[in-house]
Amino acid sequence: MSGYEWEVVAVGAMVAAACALPGTFLVLRKLSMMSDAITHTVLLGIVIGFFAVGSLSSPLLIAGATAVGLLTVYMVDLLKRSRRVAEDAAIGLVFPLLFSVAVILISRYAGDVHLDVDAVLLGEIALAPQDRLVASGFDLGPRSLWMMGAIATGGAAFVATFFKELKLMTFDAGLAEALGFRPAALNLALMALVSVTAVGAFDAVGSILVVALMIGPPAAALLLTNRLGVMMALAVGIGVASAPIGYLGARRLDASIAGAMAATIGVAFVSSFLFAPNRGLVAIARRHARQRWEFAQQMLAAHLFNHDGTPEQETESHVGHIEKVLGWPPQFRSQVIGRAVQRGLLSESSGYLTLTDRGREFARKVLVH
Amino acid sequence: MEALLSWVDDYTLRTVALGSAMLGLVSGVLGTFALLRRQSLLGDALSHAALPGIALAFLFTRSKSILVLVMGAAVAAWLGALLIDSVVRNTRVKTDAAMAVVLSVFFGVGLVLLTYIQRLPDAGKSGLDTFLFGQAAALLERDLYLMAALGGGALLVVALLWKEFKLLAFDPGFASSLGLPIRGLERVLTTALVIAIVIGLQAVGVVLMSALVVAPAAAARQWTNRLSAMVVISGGFGAVSGASGALISSSVPRLPTGPMIVIVASGIVILSLLFAPRRGLVIGALRKRAGRKRLRSEVVLVDLYLLSLQHEVRHPHTTESIAGMRYQSGDVVASLDTLTARGLVARSGAGWVLTETGERLAKELLMLEQDASEAQLAVALAGRAPR
Repeated sequence: MSGYEWEVVAVGAMVAAACALPGTFLVLRKLSMMSDAITHTVLLGIVIGFFAVGSLSSPLLIAGATAVGLLTVYMVDLLKRSRRVAEDAAIGLVFPLLFSVAVILISRYAGDVHLDVDAVLLGEIALAPQDRLVASGFDLGPRSLWMMGAIATGGAAFVATFFKELKLMTFDAGLAEALGFRPAALNLALMALVSVTAVGAFDAVGSILVVALMIGPPAAALLLTNRLGVMMALAVGIGVASAPIGYLGARRLDASIAGAMAATIGVAFVSSFLFAPNRGLVAIARRHARQRWEFAQQMLAAHLFNHDGTPEQETESHVGHIEKVLGWPPQFRSQVIGRAVQRGLLSESSGYLTLTDRGREFARKVLVH
Repeated sequence: MEALLSWVDDYTLRTVALGSAMLGLVSGVLGTFALLRRQSLLGDALSHAALPGIALAFLFTRSKSILVLVMGAAVAAWLGALLIDSVVRNTRVKTDAAMAVVLSVFFGVGLVLLTYIQRLPDAGKSGLDTFLFGQAAALLERDLYLMAALGGGALLVVALLWKEFKLLAFDPGFASSLGLPIRGLERVLTTALVIAIVIGLQAVGVVLMSALVVAPAAAARQWTNRLSAMVVISGGFGAVSGASGALISSSVPRLPTGPMIVIVASGIVILSLLFAPRRGLVIGALRKRAGRKRLRSEVVLVDLYLLSLQHEVRHPHTTESIAGMRYQSGDVVASLDTLTARGLVARSGAGWVLTETGERLAKELLMLEQDASEAQLAVALAGRAPR
C-alpha cells in the first residue's frame, strides 16, 4: 500500500477507535438506536453552522452539531416524559424530522456548494488525505486524522476519568443515583461525546456507517467477554482492524471503503455470534449435545445401579430391555452404550451390561444429586 | 392554487399522489402494530437492511424492473429481521443493538454493492441511488399496479388475521396460552411490514421510510383507544402525508420527496400530540389548570366555613380575613370569584358568606355529617382550623 493508502487506513482506524468508546456504553445501556438518531440529526447542526459561517471546516460546525445532537436527546426525552409515545417511537419520530429539515435545507439552498446529502450520508474516506493540516510550512498529515485523533483522545480521557461512574451508571443506575453520582449529568456528557464523535466521523464514513462503527464492534465484543474494560478494548480492536481489512476489500472491488469497513464489522459480529467461546451458537449447540450424551449415560448408569445385585439384575441389564424401559431408539442406545463403555463406566458381554467400579461411583454421584 | 386544482388532470402528479397515498396507507396500517408492539424502530432497521437486496437483485438480473428490485429488497429486509430475531433470542445482545448492527452493516454492504455497480460499464449511474432518498416523481403507472397488488396483499393479511394480530399486539402471553403459533404469526406480521416498507422505498427512500411506519401510527394513537379506529386513522394519516408530501415536492423544484413526506407526517404528529381530544397535551394542561383552580377555590371555601364556625353570630367575613386563614392560599379574590360563579358563596356588604350549597359542600369536603350539631362540630374540628 502506498503512503496515501496508509493515510486512508489510519483515518479509518482512528474513526473506528473513537466510535467504539462511547459505543460500548450505548450498547450496554440499550441506547444503541440513539446513535442512529444522533448521527442523522447532527447533519442539521452542520447545515445550520454552515449557513452561519459559510465554511465546512469551522469548529463552530462541531459546536452546532453537538448542540443539535443534545437537542435530539432532549426532544426524545421530552416526548417520552409526556407519556404519549414510548421511547422507541419517540426516537423514530424525532430524528427523521430533524434529518428531513436538514436534507431540505441542503437541497434547497446549498445545492451548488460542496455539501451534498450523499456525501454526508455516505462519506468519502478516500478523500480524507487530500485535506492536509499544514503548520508553518510543515505537512503534518491529513486534517481529519488529527481531528479524529483529538476526539478519540478526548473520548478516552473522558472514559478513563469517569470509568467507575460510567460503569455504575451502566449496570446500576438506581444505585448511582442513590450514591449521588448524578447519572443524568453523566448521561448528557456521554451523549455529547456521541454527538462530537458523530460529527467528526461523518465526513469520513457518513452518518449511517458511524452507527456500524459505534455499535457493531461493542456488540461483537459483548459476546466475547464479561468484563467492561476487556469489552471496550476488544471493541476498539475490532473497529481498528476493520479499517485495513475493509480498505483492501474495497480496493479489490473498487467500491465504498466505509461500506466495506461496515461489512467487515458485520463479519466480526456474525463470527462472534456463531463462534464465541461460551455464548456462540456453535458453543451452545455443542454444549447441548454434550449434555444430551451425559444425561443419557447418567440414566443408564442409574438404571443399572438400581438393579445391581438384585434378583432382577439379569433381565434388567439386558440391552433389549434397557432399550424398552428408557425408550431409546436402537441406534441411540448403542451409541450411548459405546460411549459409556469407552469411558469405562460399564462393560458389555453378549448383550448384558455390568457396571464397573467407576460406573458405580458415577451412578452413586448421579443419584445423590 | 391553480397547481393544486390542476393536479387531478396532470397524469404525472396523479400517479405520484396516488402512489404516495397508497404507500402511506399501507405503512400507516402496519405501523400501528409495530408501534403497539414497541417495535417502531424495526421499520428503520428493515428499510436500511433492504439496500443490499436491491443491489443484489440488480447484479443477478441486470434488470431495473421495480418488481425485481422490490423482491430483492424484501428478501434482504426479511433476512435482516430474521437475524435480529435470532441474535436477540440466542445472545445477550439486546434488540436495540441487534437492530443497529443489522441496519448499519446491511446498509454498508448495500453501499459496497451500489458503488461497485456504479463502476460497471453497463449500469449507468441513474436509478439505483434514488433508493436512498426516493423520487416520487419517477413513479410510473405500472409501479402503481405493483404497489397496489403488494400493499393490498399486506392489508388483506391484516384483515384475515385481525383477531390474532390484535392479541399479539396487546397480550402475546395470553395468545400463546391459547395455543396460537406466536412465532409464526410474528413472522407473518414482519413479512407484511417488510412489504409495506419495500413498496415505499422507490418513492421515499431507505433513509426516511421508517418515519412513515412510526409517525402516522403515533399520531393515530392520540385520537383513539380502539385498535380498529387506530388502524383506520393511521392509514388515513399515512395516505394524507404521502399524497400531500409528494405533491408539494413535485410542485417545488429541488424539494426531495422523502423529507417532504416526513415533514408533513411529523406535522400531523405534532398537531395530534397537542390537540387530540382526550390525550392531547393542550387539553391535558387545561384540565390540570382547571383542576388546580377548583382545588384552590375549595380551600378558600373551607376556610370561610371554618371562619364562620369560629363566630357565635354568623356574619360576613372580609377578603382579608379569609386570606389570613393560612400562610399561602393563592389568589383569594380569584378563588372567591370562582366560588361565586359556582353559587357557593355570596357577597354580603363588605364581606362574603357561604350559601346553603356552599355550606353543604364545605361539610362534605371536611367529611362532616350534614346534620351535625354545634357540639359535634366542635369535637370533629378540634385542632383542624389552620393557623
